[in-house]
Amino acid sequence: MTPRTPTEPETSDEPEGRGGHVHVRARRAPRAPRRVPTAAQRENRAGLAFVTPTLLVVLVVVVLPIAWTVLLAFQDARLIDIQGMGLFGHWTTDNFRAVFGSPGFWTSLTTTLVYAAGGTAGSVLLGLVAALALRGPFRGRGPLRAAMLLPYVAPVVAVAFVWQVALSPQYGIVGEWGRRFLGWDRPIAFLTTRDHEVSVAGVEFEVPLALLTVIAFETWRYFPFAFLFLLARLQAVPGTLEEAATVDGATVSQRFRHVLLPQLMPVIALLSVLRFIMTFNKFDDVYLLTGGGAGTEVVAVRVYEFLTARYDVGAAAAQALVLAVVLMGLLGLYFAFFADRTGEEA
Amino acid sequence: MSRARVEERVFGVLRWVVIAFLALITLLPFCYMLLLSVKPIEALLLDPGRLWVPVEELTTATYEEVLRPTDEGGQGFVRMLVNSAVVSLGTVALTLLAAVPGAYAVSRLRFAGGRHVGVLFLAVYLFPATLLAVPLFVMFARMGLQGSLAGLAIVYIAQTVPVSVYMMRNYFHTVPRGIEEAAALDGCTRLQTVRKVVLPLAVPSLTATGLYVFMIAWNEFLFALLFLAAKPERWTVSLGLQQLAGGVEVSKTVLMAGSVVLTVPVVLLFLAAERLLTEGLAGGADKG
Repeated sequence: MTPRTPTEPETSDEPEGRGGHVHVRARRAPRAPRRVPTAAQRENRAGLAFVTPTLLVVLVVVVLPIAWTVLLAFQDARLIDIQGMGLFGHWTTDNFRAVFGSPGFWTSLTTTLVYAAGGTAGSVLLGLVAALALRGPFRGRGPLRAAMLLPYVAPVVAVAFVWQVALSPQYGIVGEWGRRFLGWDRPIAFLTTRDHEVSVAGVEFEVPLALLTVIAFETWRYFPFAFLFLLARLQAVPGTLEEAATVDGATVSQRFRHVLLPQLMPVIALLSVLRFIMTFNKFDDVYLLTGGGAGTEVVAVRVYEFLTARYDVGAAAAQALVLAVVLMGLLGLYFAFFADRTGEEA
Repeated sequence: MSRARVEERVFGVLRWVVIAFLALITLLPFCYMLLLSVKPIEALLLDPGRLWVPVEELTTATYEEVLRPTDEGGQGFVRMLVNSAVVSLGTVALTLLAAVPGAYAVSRLRFAGGRHVGVLFLAVYLFPATLLAVPLFVMFARMGLQGSLAGLAIVYIAQTVPVSVYMMRNYFHTVPRGIEEAAALDGCTRLQTVRKVVLPLAVPSLTATGLYVFMIAWNEFLFALLFLAAKPERWTVSLGLQQLAGGVEVSKTVLMAGSVVLTVPVVLLFLAAERLLTEGLAGGADKG
């Protein structure tokens, strides 16, 4: 940044300053030996003035509530007592003991991890495949690109119901077609089957069907997000790089592996982190599809259950907090090992 | 044939297979939704696998039921559409008001703690909605704000401000500094420069951000469920649809009509501004 010469008088930086009169005042020789602030100082003040409103809003609607969650997690808080309770009730770690002690918690944390990892990998991979396929121009690419963003843009409640209806064993099209064309004995209840027996080459094993289905939903719903970012990055790759590789005799897969992938890696890493965070905290997709049943109870759904069904605010806050701490731990590990790959700025 | 030639053929074919597959998985669910919404429920139960509706079977009774006011035996979606529109537009206005100055400051000005604030705005994005849900739920119960659409719009700011700062920051970076310097030389104060020069230039970005915020607010479900569930007259379309599905007496075809009603406004808006929006969102992706 080039420092500007201080042509404006000091008052002009005040948001209330009126440009019309300042020139007159500026021409007068400064009587007092007060130093005119440097450009940097004025920029500093302007920056603080501009950032303050946003910062205040963020503090009030995000930071304060989070701080309060932390406090609530350490109190014996039920919604009924909350009315009369002060900000600082008596402190207790009961909530955490109860949370860690309850049998469902560790399972749900594992479920959350599997769900987040699966949903992230699925959506980023499918997004990458889509970006590569739609990279070159062809007839109808524009409309198709727009259509491909639909799952991401459409309201979650609506798409979750479409999936529910389509996968329903009674009236769903998937079960019916599976019976008709794939030779199923009866429609598979995708969203309500915890373990489904599959036999591949005579070997029988069980797959967590409902969990896999919500992961598939997550993949479907969020691959457009990855697609969008990867396509933008792909289009910024200089064509000369690939031409040179082609001239050197590199095949399609070699060009992808050695030319495109290194260019895409920072975006892929960033997308993976973002998607993992979002999926790890996801509530509505799972809640709407399965209600947390059949082995899909993620921690976010448990928090909701504790809050609304049991009115146990303390335990709900404690679980939300554990979720956030686990996430931060994972992110910390990630950045400790891969910091050099992600690039310094989003 | 050389390896290069083989690969070129294989990937050339594969590319079209992938394109067809993607078109199928993105369009089919929406076609299915539209189709079921105009089908009589008996036809669906009789033959769930059929993907077309004969013209003589087409019905709009589902839409009539969904849109009719509740006191006339319908589901009252018109009122819910109004509620959703009020919350969403309110959220857009509040978010832009809150996010514009911060985005400008973070992208343009050097000030003490500027980097930290920039990181904070992004970090906030990472906190789970559930973490916010608990205290906000308690706070609203305490203040008697449950069932207030204005309260809901305020809650949504928590989810929209960080993204908005990110989107607009990328755009402000592209406004040439020289223009601002010229305005300053002409005697504009910083605030005047922003209002008269930078913001008019940033209209595309403001529109894109506003649209994205509108979509987030229109599609939001968790907080609507937490804050409005007890007050049916304040339900947004998302919440209304979910509550409908809980009852057994509503047929699936009516639910699909409700889904279409919920989806159409936001999809129309998106298609109208697709280019603007995707560029606004993915802007900065090519910086690596």
